[in-house]
Amino acid sequence: MIDFELTPEQKEAIAAAHKIAEEMLRPISRYYDEHEDESPKELIDKMWEGRREGGLMAGLDMAAALRTEEMFWGDAGLTLALPSPGLGGAAIFATGTPEQLQRFLGNYNEGGPKWGAMAMTETSCGSDTAAIQATAVLDGNEWVINGEKIFITSGKRAMEDSPGLVVVWATVDKSAGRAGMKSFVVPAGTPGAKVEKKEKKLGIRASDTVTIVFDNCRIPFENILGSPEVRKIDKTGTAGFKKAMATFDATRPFIAAQALGVGRAALDFVREALEKEGVKIRYGLPRNKLTALERDFMEMESNYKAAKLLTLRSFSLMSQMLPNSLEASMAKAKAGLAVTKITQKAVEIMGPLGYSRKLLLEKWMRDGKINDIFEGTGQINMLVVARRILDFSRDQLK
Amino acid sequence: MISFSPTEEQQMIVTMVKQFANDEMRKIYRECDESGEIPSRIIDTAWGLGLVSTSIPEEHGGLGGEHSAITGALIAEELAWGDLSMTMHILCPALVVYPVLEMGTEEQKKKYLPAFCGDKFKTATAALIEPRFGFDPYSLSTTATLKDGSYVLKGEKCYVPLAADADVLLVYAAEKGKSQGFIVEKGIKGLEIGEREKNMGIKALATYEVSLKGCNIPKENRLGGDKGCDFERIMDCSRVALSAMAVGVARAAYEYSRDYAKERVAFGEPIASRQAIAFMLAEMAIEVDASRLVNWEAAWKLDKKETATKEASLAKTYCDDMVLMVTDRAVQILGGHGYIREHPVELWLRNGRGFVTFDGMATV
Repeated sequence: MIDFELTPEQKEAIAAAHKIAEEMLRPISRYYDEHEDESPKELIDKMWEGRREGGLMAGLDMAAALRTEEMFWGDAGLTLALPSPGLGGAAIFATGTPEQLQRFLGNYNEGGPKWGAMAMTETSCGSDTAAIQATAVLDGNEWVINGEKIFITSGKRAMEDSPGLVVVWATVDKSAGRAGMKSFVVPAGTPGAKVEKKEKKLGIRASDTVTIVFDNCRIPFENILGSPEVRKIDKTGTAGFKKAMATFDATRPFIAAQALGVGRAALDFVREALEKEGVKIRYGLPRNKLTALERDFMEMESNYKAAKLLTLRSFSLMSQMLPNSLEASMAKAKAGLAVTKITQKAVEIMGPLGYSRKLLLEKWMRDGKINDIFEGTGQINMLVVARRILDFSRDQLK
Repeated sequence: MISFSPTEEQQMIVTMVKQFANDEMRKIYRECDESGEIPSRIIDTAWGLGLVSTSIPEEHGGLGGEHSAITGALIAEELAWGDLSMTMHILCPALVVYPVLEMGTEEQKKKYLPAFCGDKFKTATAALIEPRFGFDPYSLSTTATLKDGSYVLKGEKCYVPLAADADVLLVYAAEKGKSQGFIVEKGIKGLEIGEREKNMGIKALATYEVSLKGCNIPKENRLGGDKGCDFERIMDCSRVALSAMAVGVARAAYEYSRDYAKERVAFGEPIASRQAIAFMLAEMAIEVDASRLVNWEAAWKLDKKETATKEASLAKTYCDDMVLMVTDRAVQILGGHGYIREHPVELWLRNGRGFVTFDGMATV
């Protein structure tokens, strides 16, 4: 039955996350945007203490989507900086064996705060992940990894500040193309894995984004996610590459949910500000009776709704263990674009207040933009959607 | 619990309507658009599917099925995928049936509903739109004044579908500044049906100007009697119905241009192999799906009997913009061929443009 009613548990999850967002994130939001080299230690410790109740292990269900939206409504950068298995965890969930899941994440909740990260992008390849240059060579019972990875979210916290882990993508056979691409779990403290440059970014400044250099970094054979076997390329694509893409099916809906949070922050703010000025949005009027402001606001609002429902649909499929590649990319493309448009329009509508760093609107515009970029730019997601709807291969639609 | 899956019963209805749209409507839609006529055979066949009559209660001669805005939206999308003119014709009686069913007095239900339970299409319609710039359903120029125990209706209406054949018209007029519905029967003095209108699109649907020159109608013909009607809800039901039809028209255009782009070869490969075309199609696919979901949420609120004005009007404006974007791009993707009447996309663009105008011409 088509239904949009939240369950009591989902409502509770939203309320709990909203309370954290409002009481713990918003008050320090601006400070950590302007002090990007400081770490919000108190917040991290508090969130880690409450990890069992707060549900830092996000899960893949609808409640996880709703919680993510609320937290990002509070602050995008700070939420990204919170201890979490992160994208590395998502890759292990999506492609690891039960034994690996137990080994790498089984003790996650023990001890101090921990982070997980994913290392895929390189200086010469971003969206074209099949062009990865990093190598993994089997030497006896160990993989030896070499290469340089950039733009790793929470990479510093995962590898330097905590006993975390990073999932790194490397090729075991360059001649095999995409078939040779595999992912490996590198725990913090492994010799040969070194965090180097910390990026300075447009937004989400509270979250660290780093370069990690792998220099003859040795890990046990069992740390490979999925099969070590290299299959020759066939026209249906290949197992290794498909694993990476399967991870995206799980992570892209989350990026969309993040975008919704930032977009709604801007929408809520503008609505309240307008109401204070005595401007109420008049729904239901004919178009020729609406002011330009009302039209703009309604467009922002319906774009938010459209993105939200596409996102929830992709989560709905995922939680039923149904294929969701098309729907995940649709949601990601739409939500990334929606948050970009909504936050930019919000800055415009609020005029001098929108552009000022006294308020958070300009920050949300900077923060939200990341959702149209990471885990596949809007364009890459459009490409995924286009290939799916056309039933075209990579060669048929480049 | 959040779910995007129609019930089994809804899926059966969708399958049935999809088949009718594909096997019947799609065979003749161009001919109908050119001639301005829809064969009565197809209207009767559609009526036989029971899309409107099913939800009339058993005591009034119907099957007593559930009346649901979501089901209505699913039906409207599938029909409109087939053809918009025929859809609006087939569903036109609902413009009287559903408001009477939801808001009518017991006497009104008893008097008017049984006529719609037969095998043959029974024509009824509603008159809301007025021929003037700045038309606003909430401040109508047509007036209803209570005088000596009956209402006097005065005003001009346009875009009244099937008015010439309608046995019953639901006329909306301002009574003390508030929009109310009044049931007007055919042949009443002062009711004048004008010439058939000529429009840019929906050319197969017969629409008329209607003049009310002091029509006297009994007091008990006010929709909902003393209580009146919930005009806001009537508008919201109309918004959901039209939005669903916009999704149907857009989906038709999207699918056609997608298939064309895969077939049409330029510079040695299908034009869909170029990102300029492929990205247009991807955005069309995303927006068709998004619009449908936004509209479902509004329909769901209506089914919960909650106020849905915000959701329904957001859905309507979103779908109005979407259908124009999608149908225009479909024409663009076909290029010169899109402009020729041998292909359907120009028809869908003309029909798509109308949704901003069609207030109150359909309901769920």
